[in-house]
Amino acid sequence: MSEFDSLYREVILDHYKNPRGHGVIDDADATAEGQNPLCGDEVAIYVALAEDGETIHEVKFSGRGCAISQAATSMLTEMVKGRKAHEIATMPRDELLEEIGIPLTPIRLKCALLGLGVLKVALHKAKGTPLPDEWAGLADELDFGTN
Amino acid sequence: MTPQLKLDAPRIRADFPIFEQVIHGKPLAFLDSAVTAQKPRQVLDAVREFYETSYANVHRGVYTLSERATEAYEGARTKVAGFVNAPSAREIVFTRSATESLNLVAYAWGLWNLRPGDVVVVTELEHHSNFVPWQFVARKTGATFRMIPVDEGAELDLSALDAIGGDGDVKVVAANLVSNSLGTINPIDRLASWAHDQGALMVVDAAQAAPHRKIDVQTLGADFLAFSSHKLCGPTSVGALWGRRELLEQMEPFNLGGHMIRKVTFEETTWGDVPGKFEAGTQPSAEAVGFGAAVDYLQAVGMEAIEQHEHELAAYALDRLGELPWITLYGPPADRRAGIVSFNVDGIHPHDVSQVLDWEGIAIRAGHHCCQPLMRKLGVTATNRASFYLYTLPEEIDRLVEGLLKVKEKLG
Repeated sequence: MSEFDSLYREVILDHYKNPRGHGVIDDADATAEGQNPLCGDEVAIYVALAEDGETIHEVKFSGRGCAISQAATSMLTEMVKGRKAHEIATMPRDELLEEIGIPLTPIRLKCALLGLGVLKVALHKAKGTPLPDEWAGLADELDFGTN
Repeated sequence: MTPQLKLDAPRIRADFPIFEQVIHGKPLAFLDSAVTAQKPRQVLDAVREFYETSYANVHRGVYTLSERATEAYEGARTKVAGFVNAPSAREIVFTRSATESLNLVAYAWGLWNLRPGDVVVVTELEHHSNFVPWQFVARKTGATFRMIPVDEGAELDLSALDAIGGDGDVKVVAANLVSNSLGTINPIDRLASWAHDQGALMVVDAAQAAPHRKIDVQTLGADFLAFSSHKLCGPTSVGALWGRRELLEQMEPFNLGGHMIRKVTFEETTWGDVPGKFEAGTQPSAEAVGFGAAVDYLQAVGMEAIEQHEHELAAYALDRLGELPWITLYGPPADRRAGIVSFNVDGIHPHDVSQVLDWEGIAIRAGHHCCQPLMRKLGVTATNRASFYLYTLPEEIDRLVEGLLKVKEKLG
C-alpha cells in the first residue's frame, strides 16, 4: 500500500468529502468551540440531548480543518449518538483512534483528537461531567472570538 | 524555463550536509527556510572547533581557555555588529532568539516607559513575537494598543497613521521589515520617520529580513533591531538585539543574575555596562561563535547576490503557481516581496497539502505562521508557505508544482 493510501484510507476520504453531522444545532443543550494552536483550526460542537437529559440524541460540528480532523470528527459524531453523556466524558481516546485506524504522527494526532476534546468540554460545561487534565487547556481557550 | 541565476546555488548546496540524504526516496527539497535555515559545514565546523579547542565559560576565568572562549565570543559579537553595520559592537546584545530580543525591549523599555494615554503601534503583518509582547505590555501599563492595517494587496495601509496618531501620545512603533507569512517588504523608512515625528521609538523585527538582504542600522531608521542566528544558517538558541547605545544605557535590565552586575551588596545592586547588563547567566557561547561563522559565510556569498537569487525564485514561483487556476496566492507582487510565497489550494487544507508533498520529498510550511490575526483578516485559518534561500534551486519549484498537481489529483 502506498503512503498516501495508508493515511488517506478510503473510509477517511469518504468521511472527509461527505462529512456526517456537519452543521449547527440551534438551541443545543451543550456546545463548545476549540482551536488547535498548532495550525489555527477551529471546531465547534453542538449536542442535543434526549428527554432523559443524559442520552446524546444528535451531534453536529462546524469549523475548518484538514482531512484527518474533519474525518475524525465526522466519525466521532456517528460513534457517540445514542450513548450517555457521562460515558462519552470518560471515553478513552484510543476508542476513536481505533475507529480511525491509521498511523498518526504526534502532530496529526492533535488534528484527529480536536473534535473529541471539544465534545468533552461541551458536556463538561453543560452537564458537569468530569474533564480529564489532558483536555482542561482546551476549556480555557474557548473565548477566541474577540481578537 | 528556469531563470538565470548569478549565485551558484548547486555549488552552495554542496556545503550543506543535510542535502546528502533522501526523504521518502526523493532528494530533499527544503522549501521552508523562512521558519529556519539549514546549516553549512563551515558553521558546524566552527562550533565543533570551539568546543574542541576553546570551550570554557566566557567572562569568568583568568585561565587560557576562558580567555580563548571570551575572545571567540566577543569576536562573534564584532562580526554580528558588522553584519548590520552597527556603529559599535557594544550595541549588540546576544539573546536566545529574535523573540527574546523583542521581549527584552518590551519589558526593559516598554514596562518602564509606557503609561495610560500612550499609544503602542504594531502592524497586522506582525509575527506573534512582535505582537503579543506589545499587546501584553500595553495591557499591563494601560497604554492603548493600535495596529496599522493591511490593505487588499497585503501591504501596510499607511493612510491609517493620521488616525492612529490622534489616539494619544505614540511612544513606540513595532514592525517587521519583511513579513514572515506573506513576504511583504515593509517601508521601514517611512514608518520610522513617522514614528520619530511623533517622538516614538522604532522597533524593527528583522528576523525574516536579516538572512536575505543587506541591513544597515545606520540608515534604516530603527532604534532597535531584532534578529536570530538560526534563520541565517547559524545555530539555534542565539539571537541578537541591536539598540542605540544611549537607549540601551538608559534602560533597566531584563534578566537578572550573574555577569550583568557592577556591584552587589545586601542592600542593593548596580548594573554593569552594556551589553553585559543584558546578558545574565551563562551565555550561548558556542552558538554565538556559530552565529559569527554564519555571518562570515553569508557575507562571502554576498547579501546582494542572495537577495537577487531569492527575488528571481519568488518571481518564478509566482509565475508557475499563477498558472494553476485552483491556487490562491497571497501577498504583494514579486518586486515588493522577499523569497516567500503563501498560497492555498482550493478546497484542500494546508495540512493535507504538505502531507502529500512530504511524500515527494518536499518540505513546506502549513499553518498560521504565528500570524493568527493576519490569517483572520485574510479569511483563512492557515495557508501553505514555500520559502527560499541561497541553496534553493529553481528545479525545486518545478517539483513543488508537480507535487501540487498530485495533491489536486488525489484530494481535489
